[in-house]
Amino acid sequence: MTVAKAMVECLKAEGVRHVFGYPGAAICPFYDELIASDIEHILVRHEVNGGHAASGYARMTGKAGVCIATSGPGALNLITAIATAYMDSIPIVAITGQVNSDQIGRDVFQEADITGSAEPFVKHSYIVKDPKSICDTIKKAFYIAETGRPGPVLIDVPQDVQNMQCEFFYPDKVEIRSYKPTTEGNKLQIKRAAEAFAKAKRPLICAGGGVFLSNAKEELKELAHKCDMPVINTMMGISNIDMSDPLYFGMMGMHGVKPANYAASQCDLLILLGARMGDRAVTALGGLDETQIIHIDIDPAEIGKNVRVTTPVVGNIKTITQQLLEVVPEMKHKEWLDELNGVRNVERSVPEAKPGTVCPKLFIQELNKHIEKDAVIVADVGCNQIWTANNIRLTEGRFLTAGGMGTMGYSLPAAIGAKKACPGRQVVALCGDGSLQMQFMELATALQHGINVKLVVFVNNDLGMVRELQYRIYGREIAVDLTGSPCFDKIAEAYGIKAENVTDISQAGAAITNMLASEKPYLLQVFVDKEVKAII
Amino acid sequence: MKHTISILVENHAGVLARVSGLFARRAYNIDSLAVGVTADENVSRITIVADGDEHILEQILKQLNKLIDVIKVRAVNENELLTRELVLVKVNCTPAQRSELISIAKITEAKISDISVNTITLELSDYSNKIKTFEELLRPYGIKEIVRTGTVAIQRGSASLTI
Ligand SMILES: Cc1ncc(C[n+]2csc(CCOP(=O)(O)OP(=O)(O)O)c2C)c(N)n1
Repeated sequence: MTVAKAMVECLKAEGVRHVFGYPGAAICPFYDELIASDIEHILVRHEVNGGHAASGYARMTGKAGVCIATSGPGALNLITAIATAYMDSIPIVAITGQVNSDQIGRDVFQEADITGSAEPFVKHSYIVKDPKSICDTIKKAFYIAETGRPGPVLIDVPQDVQNMQCEFFYPDKVEIRSYKPTTEGNKLQIKRAAEAFAKAKRPLICAGGGVFLSNAKEELKELAHKCDMPVINTMMGISNIDMSDPLYFGMMGMHGVKPANYAASQCDLLILLGARMGDRAVTALGGLDETQIIHIDIDPAEIGKNVRVTTPVVGNIKTITQQLLEVVPEMKHKEWLDELNGVRNVERSVPEAKPGTVCPKLFIQELNKHIEKDAVIVADVGCNQIWTANNIRLTEGRFLTAGGMGTMGYSLPAAIGAKKACPGRQVVALCGDGSLQMQFMELATALQHGINVKLVVFVNNDLGMVRELQYRIYGREIAVDLTGSPCFDKIAEAYGIKAENVTDISQAGAAITNMLASEKPYLLQVFVDKEVKAII
Repeated sequence: MKHTISILVENHAGVLARVSGLFARRAYNIDSLAVGVTADENVSRITIVADGDEHILEQILKQLNKLIDVIKVRAVNENELLTRELVLVKVNCTPAQRSELISIAKITEAKISDISVNTITLELSDYSNKIKTFEELLRPYGIKEIVRTGTVAIQRGSASLTI
């Protein structure tokens, strides 16, 4: 069969049911074969959103999401999404068309060295020149993307190669001699960690995105309860523990909440569980010279990179947490928890909203009352992201955001991917009016493919977070005023999507009810005063 | 501090770009680089001399290990290593200076690889500092051209780096 057909067969054999893409000449042989398969193709309106949708899909399924683009500009448009997935360790397999193999390097029409350009942001990449290698390459790509520390893998296939003949054989297993991720934690290190547990009076678990990647939510909960230890999250870890759990104290870091940052600055043992401790999380750790730090991560390169570590443990979070559960006794830390509860229980006043505007905190609190308990909430980037991260209450739900790269425009396409993965769950994206204008073309994708996502846009007529930063540092603003932006309810209407405006908190409940009850995509335009800060 | 890092990689296109790209984007300094195929023709060996403190060295090794094409990485203490560079130096040489230059070659154990009416080309394989001294000895005569390889290194004794 042709390589193009084999590519489709490989995806089928891999269990892929949905792909997100945008065609062009160089990937047409593959697309033509897609017609005959039962794989559903979701036509995004910009390649970057195909990548983000694959990311949202991957995060909900735990399997690699697949995105497709043509050569040159199509492939280049994917790069931001690939880099975003790389930063957050999300498994995606990106398939790109390439110009004919005998023309590579001659600057022909729509030629771009995509494997070269994407190299800094991929876990691995392939350019397929030998038709016989296609099946093996695709198998390896999925294997690499999904195992160890997950990440994006790119497969670039020249157009002529897609038309060549090959034999279809999809291997069950792959052997890559240079790639053997560690899963189990070293016994001695587990013992050391357990000793540190026993000594600690003020222990703290900081749980990151690794908990999702290794499917270790249950183990995290069990460990926290067995050892009576408070838990805080990095941005990527949000919702890896039931937020109503009395042991949970919120998100830490530059944009985190007081109880979490207080806990991080006062603990005598910090257990980093699948958290790479990016610079924005580390800010909370000032002056922890005496603190014991156990860093548990699948990627040895993350250990000791950003924070000083006393006990490194390399391996899969789930496996290591299970190993720890076997050796640690039940504990109690009442005094320490009482102290943290004291910090948590300080009431913070909510600023009065100006007439015609809504306090985003109150809006999100209202949203909490209406969403189902397993809802998926996708936050974009900016103040809207921090408002959502700090105020959403999820018990069995899932929080998604582009934590590492902070890529504006992530929320709607990621929500589309997440909804495609979990059609039975409510999926709500929340974004700003700046970021909405980077992604609203995807309303068409949702509509065309019957993907019932909900979108909340906080309109402050500004690039809020940048404006806040400008005032803080320079005392004045430039290039953050979004005057000229359309009424987003009209935009939605033009797409045939129902929209409502919320200009007063009293309208929020009904609007949210209508949005969630609708069988179709729905947009809420929530007006927010521009002076409302990220942390409220 | 200088570190000599030996890397065994899959011998296919693009691998060197991945390794050197990693050094560039993570701002690790490369002092010298040498690549060649090993006894197994599917495996190449890259030797890199890099500059940085212990923390940087640790990160370099870990990040290199993450590249899928990297099979093995090792940094060995300077004093446990046998290191060599090769240099070819073309020096101005009048007939009257010939015997002087020949005696320099003899003392330094350099080879006379080429000779013309007014030049002489010397070849030396030795460790880095020796090559520096060699260059200084030749400079007074006027160096027309100098070509130097990167450092290659092998562990002393019976220890070896193979897959
Ligand atoms: C693609 C991209 N460009 C620029 C930025 C820098 N940036 C961070 S937050 C922000 C403002 C976002 O504005 P908006 O979407 O209106 O959200 P708000 O902060 O007002 O809630 C910008 C421009 C970014 N994160 N991503």
